[in-house]
Amino acid sequence: MNELAVIIASTLNAGTALALAALGLLINERSGIVNLGAEGMMLVAAIAGFATGVQTGSDSLAFVAGAATGAFMALCFGVMVIWLNTNQYATGLALSLFGTGFSAFVGVKYTQEKLSERHGFKLPVLGDLPFVGPAFFRQHPMVYIAVALAVALGWFLYRSRRGLVLRAIGESPESAHALGYPVRRIRLLAVVTGGALCGLAGAYLSVVYTPLWVEGMVAGRGWIALALTTFATWRPARVLFGAYLFGGVTMLQFFLQGEGVQIASQWLTMLPYVATIVVLVLMSRKPEFIRINMPASLGKPFFPGS
Amino acid sequence: MTSRLTLKGITKRYPAVIANDGVSLEVAPGEIHAVLGENGAGKSTLMKVIYGAVRPDEGEILWNGQPVSVRNPHEARALGIAMVFQHFSLFDTLTAAENVWLGLDTSTTLAAVTQRIRAVAGEYGLDVDPLRPVHSLSVGERQRVEIVRALLTKPQLLILDEPTSVLTPQAVQKLFDTLRTLAAAGCSILYISHKLDEIRALCHKCTVLRGGRVTGEVDPRTETNASLSRRMIGAEPARLERHQPTLGDVALKVTGLRLPRLDQFGVTLEDIDLDVRAGEVVGIAGVSGNGQPELMAAISGEDTRAPAGSIALFGADIAAASPGVRRRAGLHFVPEERLGRGAVPTLSLAQNTLLTRTASIGRLGLLRLSAVVQLAAYLIRKYRVKAKGPDAAAKSLSGGNLQKFIMGRELDANPRLLVVSQPTWGVDVGAAADIRGEILRLRDEGAAILVVSEELDELFEITDRLVVMARGRMSPGVNTSLATVEQVGIWMSGLWPGAGPPPVAAPTIEHAEHADV
Repeated sequence: MNELAVIIASTLNAGTALALAALGLLINERSGIVNLGAEGMMLVAAIAGFATGVQTGSDSLAFVAGAATGAFMALCFGVMVIWLNTNQYATGLALSLFGTGFSAFVGVKYTQEKLSERHGFKLPVLGDLPFVGPAFFRQHPMVYIAVALAVALGWFLYRSRRGLVLRAIGESPESAHALGYPVRRIRLLAVVTGGALCGLAGAYLSVVYTPLWVEGMVAGRGWIALALTTFATWRPARVLFGAYLFGGVTMLQFFLQGEGVQIASQWLTMLPYVATIVVLVLMSRKPEFIRINMPASLGKPFFPGS
Repeated sequence: MTSRLTLKGITKRYPAVIANDGVSLEVAPGEIHAVLGENGAGKSTLMKVIYGAVRPDEGEILWNGQPVSVRNPHEARALGIAMVFQHFSLFDTLTAAENVWLGLDTSTTLAAVTQRIRAVAGEYGLDVDPLRPVHSLSVGERQRVEIVRALLTKPQLLILDEPTSVLTPQAVQKLFDTLRTLAAAGCSILYISHKLDEIRALCHKCTVLRGGRVTGEVDPRTETNASLSRRMIGAEPARLERHQPTLGDVALKVTGLRLPRLDQFGVTLEDIDLDVRAGEVVGIAGVSGNGQPELMAAISGEDTRAPAGSIALFGADIAAASPGVRRRAGLHFVPEERLGRGAVPTLSLAQNTLLTRTASIGRLGLLRLSAVVQLAAYLIRKYRVKAKGPDAAAKSLSGGNLQKFIMGRELDANPRLLVVSQPTWGVDVGAAADIRGEILRLRDEGAAILVVSEELDELFEITDRLVVMARGRMSPGVNTSLATVEQVGIWMSGLWPGAGPPPVAAPTIEHAEHADV
């Protein structure tokens, strides 16, 4: 019983970074822009957050530093892609390559550092419940923030006018432009928001999840977040589900490795990535559903006034 | 009375062309003012100038007597100018109400907008269900959503760009009633079209454009089609020569074709029966989105899901054959989409000939490049295509010239069966007459021809027999010389004799055309 509570708690913990990044990319992609730089942004934000944490000892400042780093990188990406009309895919890939190299370079000094283990924040009353308390309500605050974000995002996209405008721009920037909406500015805002959330995810990994800095420590979570938004058909609830599925299988394979199961560890390490993709593909394989939810202008350049 | 809108000497130059050259016009309050011209005459540019989407190089705009500078569509709407676009600017995945809401300022709620849509719909006879997603609406309904969106901004000037190209004749009448009601209430209307009959029936005044210049401002009610046409193209289009058809064998036979739609945006084909014989032109009329693209895909071989035995070409079953097999059997196809289906936009005209013309491919699959270029040069010359040469990229040609090139490519292959979708869409009057002439010449040489078009005039001009498609079903055939526009219009709503109830399985494009009648 207690073991199950620990597994649930660590699942939520492991899925949170992915959830934050994927929700950020969801906002980003709903505007019609693909940012393949997620992995790079998360890495640079991870080291920025970790370094800030080590220097100041403050988690909040570490998260702010991570988010700001991600936002800044997304801003550079956004200006190039939205105003200078560079290719979204190539620019995003460049951003990822840059982030991988740059984070390794500035991170050298911090490879020996270690932050103390972060303790969960026990919610009053709920945290004291048997089983449910340790499983769900003694988490780091960022875990609750990720859930709240998914709920808020669902409300924003489907219940608010601004969300409607964002969806409209992602579907047809030309029509939105004709209606007089500042397509480029809104897209940039979405891209920067997406970058900030990817940054937050990176900082969460290095400050809370591990908590230490290792070169390349994001370990493809940026890519899986990109895949997750697509396979979750750009729906916040599905993104959250996919992220926790990833977290759960990650924890399961640690557990299996610990039990000494006779499967090569490389196969087990692959498991969360494969399982997440397979399940989401099966969930969202109806082409009609994809077509209704997919931002139709995704990845296509937009030239206003042409 | 000060006029609502005055344009003085509007000039807009593009690198290669002067789109508007000193254009002046004046629209009075409550006036329905037509702007008539061919494709490329500068109508669209002029409307974009008024709507703030394009900045003129010279000239002045007066709005209710005051000089204004309209820098973007937002400012235009703030002045009270609304526009209904030819290609709809609606968002498919959103509901009608959400679409309308996006076009209004932020002070209203979605619930209030839904209420107002119902009110306006009642007042002007514009049936719109605010809660349905746009992708489930027919083209006519989508246009009504656009008009309602424009009306809710309480415009003083409403611009309509070719609004009737997607409507049945009956729906056109209904639109005209709405516009007259609006004009009577004081709203000025700019009505852009190249359809002479409509302008004469509806408009109070008409400004004719040719090559970017105004060639006349007339009262269309006192003009004839011939006199308007002379102003528009400088001459009357040549009349087509028609001979009695000499019917040969059945070239294409479609029997009981049923094809479920590929996705919810498509149309399910139900029991399609169709014969095309050598030596005749058969036309398929219908409002767009009633199954024509699906039928074309099944006939051309793009969609090979058709059940065995449902499509026969010269007696041989080709239901599952690839386009290449069908082409070798003599079926040539000109798709509706020129760029992307008929031609590869970024490749040269010479390279584009290789899509369907493979005579210059030698053994081992190597190309004889000089032969490819020669063929392209020959087509350019023969079909009077305006292009830099065989090396010009397909996308660098105007729509009409590219269409002439693609039509030429297929006509020159001497097809035994030619299937053409929208042969003259976006093509100017002169070139359209050329293309229609070529189609008739091919028929007289004994080929079978199937034409899909939304332009009834065109179908009446070139076809020998007409069928109508509505909601994925096909009407019986009717001899074109015995058919009337009214009858075909009613059929376009799916109401032909013996037509069954609307299919339950295809809840996409339905019921709208009923409402149009």
